[in-house]
Amino acid sequence: MNIIFYLAAAVAIVATLLVVTRLNAVHALLYLIVSLLAVAVVFYTLGAPFVAALEVIIYAGAIMVLFVFVIMMLNLGPQATETERGWAEPELWFGPALLCGVLLGEVIYLILRMPTGTTLARVGTPEQVGVALYGPYLLGVELASLLLLAGLVGAYHLGRRAPHEEPGGGV
Amino acid sequence: MATVPVAHGLLLAGVLFALGLVALLGRRNVIFMLLAVEIMLNAAGVAFIAAGARWGRVDGQVMFLFILTMAAAEVSVGLALVLQFYNRTRTLDVDAATSMKG
Repeated sequence: MNIIFYLAAAVAIVATLLVVTRLNAVHALLYLIVSLLAVAVVFYTLGAPFVAALEVIIYAGAIMVLFVFVIMMLNLGPQATETERGWAEPELWFGPALLCGVLLGEVIYLILRMPTGTTLARVGTPEQVGVALYGPYLLGVELASLLLLAGLVGAYHLGRRAPHEEPGGGV
Repeated sequence: MATVPVAHGLLLAGVLFALGLVALLGRRNVIFMLLAVEIMLNAAGVAFIAAGARWGRVDGQVMFLFILTMAAAEVSVGLALVLQFYNRTRTLDVDAATSMKG
């Protein structure tokens, strides 16, 4: 099972690297879906099958479909890749990449230095997750529902057309 | 189920987060910046799951559910903002967003 974890982790990192470097938005999106599926395999090997299923259904399914819809609605066309190439100047990437590399090196050093132990080969079943979710974390669930309602109202308000753009359209 | 050192799970989360951070700082396209935020949220989830697997408890998974909810709400509002931004400026360059109430 360990080799599956490392393989999936390597796939996730490579796919994410490709997401970061692609110029075409749809290509980046498809690589991100591969990365999310690999992370779902990682979750499964770590003993979290319920979360692995949610990762596939909600992240790789619903959220990525939202991105695909928006890219389709924007209707960017072939010149978008050229524009993106013009924006992707190496000097624009150098500073952030260098600074983030330094921070990542520090994080890796600190993680490898501290005594952490190994993961337990124990499965957190969906039943246990549900009991915890509706027991000690009930307030969190209520807050999450409020957040989703706010997101729904916000997306509806932002998504409608302004009255001066299209008289009679929208509310 | 795997018994990997939990440090390796945390390293995976760190590398994914750093990649997302570089993309967020280096890109000028709003769509790619939203994708980078998704990568970073997902990396935080990986850290929670790895830490939960270390202690054999489900609290990490519960936290991941909350992250998932927040990501869904964030992306719906964010994409609606992207559509409005594109309708007003006809570009996806974040540098074009220089005025409020345009």
